[in-house]
Amino acid sequence: MMATYPDDLYYSKDHEWIRVDGETGTIGITDHAQEQLGDVVYVELPAVGATFEAGAPFGSVESVKAVSELYLPIAGEIVEVNAALADTPETVNSDPHGAGWMVRVSIKDAAELSGLMRGAAYTSYVQDEGGE
Amino acid sequence: MVEFAGWELPVQYTGPIPEHMAVREAAGLFDVSHMGELEVRGKQAVDLVDRLTVNAVRDLDDNNAHYTMFLNEQGGIIDDLLVYKVSKYHLILVVNAGTTEKDLNWILQHAADFDCEVANTSPIYAQIAIQGPRAERILQQMTSSLLDRIPSFCHQIVELDSVRCRVSRSGYTGEDGFEIYLDGTYAPGIWNRLLVIGSDQGLLPCGLAARNTLRLESKMALYGNDIDDTTSPLEAGLGWVVKMDKGDFIGRAALEQQKRDGLRRKLVGFEMLDKAPARDGYEVVVDGTVVGRVTSGSPAPYLKKNIGLAYVPPEHASVGTGLGILVRGREVPAVVVKTPFYKRKRVFD
Repeated sequence: MMATYPDDLYYSKDHEWIRVDGETGTIGITDHAQEQLGDVVYVELPAVGATFEAGAPFGSVESVKAVSELYLPIAGEIVEVNAALADTPETVNSDPHGAGWMVRVSIKDAAELSGLMRGAAYTSYVQDEGGE
Repeated sequence: MVEFAGWELPVQYTGPIPEHMAVREAAGLFDVSHMGELEVRGKQAVDLVDRLTVNAVRDLDDNNAHYTMFLNEQGGIIDDLLVYKVSKYHLILVVNAGTTEKDLNWILQHAADFDCEVANTSPIYAQIAIQGPRAERILQQMTSSLLDRIPSFCHQIVELDSVRCRVSRSGYTGEDGFEIYLDGTYAPGIWNRLLVIGSDQGLLPCGLAARNTLRLESKMALYGNDIDDTTSPLEAGLGWVVKMDKGDFIGRAALEQQKRDGLRRKLVGFEMLDKAPARDGYEVVVDGTVVGRVTSGSPAPYLKKNIGLAYVPPEHASVGTGLGILVRGREVPAVVVKTPFYKRKRVFD
């Protein structure tokens, strides 16, 4: 099934998305990423206050068969984590761009957003990967 | 798809969880044609295989099979396998894909003194496994042979849609079911027919991921993970397979020595007491010291727990002992539990 990737999100090559709201960004994994992972059984998130560079691993998401690292699309400080995922990790599958969000960060440098893709670009990026 | 010992194998079809649950509650179909078949024929076939394996082939009846192992002189496991006895002059050894060449060379190295011939017939055989509580009723629709007359670990020639197959009541999932050996030419046809016949019974094709979680819940060893050249059957909890009184076999002296000296480590089953799954290779710690390593770790879809196997020193091996599992540097509490983690309820008829 072909997902549509809305243009109000930015997307990374590592299949994370970020929704920007002023100084804050909400981050999760894309529909394509959750599809590739299969049923998510565990999400490990950082502590509030932790800071990461762009592209740094900030946590991990696990399915039955594998562990995958999560990479922060832009640099920032974690201001909130989605604690609900501890009990309902399957939300990442059912609503990856909504209730399945993972962390909120205070954005260090908004200019980094220009290095990310918008909906149309990410859609063709996923197609070019051949479903990989 | 994933490369596995030179074979392209599917990791999953619909997904590990639905496939796993299908096998526990209905039925699953596995293409396990990668498994190796080595055939030993001749007057001393039984003598040779008894010399090379730990279980007693001489006590095995025709059309029966048993689980066993090849050991090296140090008592390490060269491979685990099933021995199918067709007759006292003909044995079929079903071995792991990645170890088939190693096993063949090991057998040939010792075969010279025995009146028998050894052949690698793996390229000819395909193997399809149908597993789960509805396996028999699905397979029965393809043959007039009465499958309920085949007891556990017995096998016979059965015609499935007019194709001659060796059908064995055995498997690697902890469920009732059959392993079907047949000429690879006919395998796609039989596979497709079974999927059609089984669809209204909930039969799902299953990949490697489900095969792994099913065998782990049932604490069946995975060669290369839980057992290898450096682990002994006694350490792995497979002492029940070893028939010390059957006469000499390669590795027997080393096992006797281990029994005298006591074991340095034991394979235990554990359950995580936190939501984080354990994974292969994670370290096991007790009081801040690394005491072992996880050999198999995964979420268990049927039990809905995170389980694993690990080698630990005997003093940490009893049921109820607390262990720590290092998950990305964080120590997560776990406890040694009784195994198998999952045991099916047997239906007596």
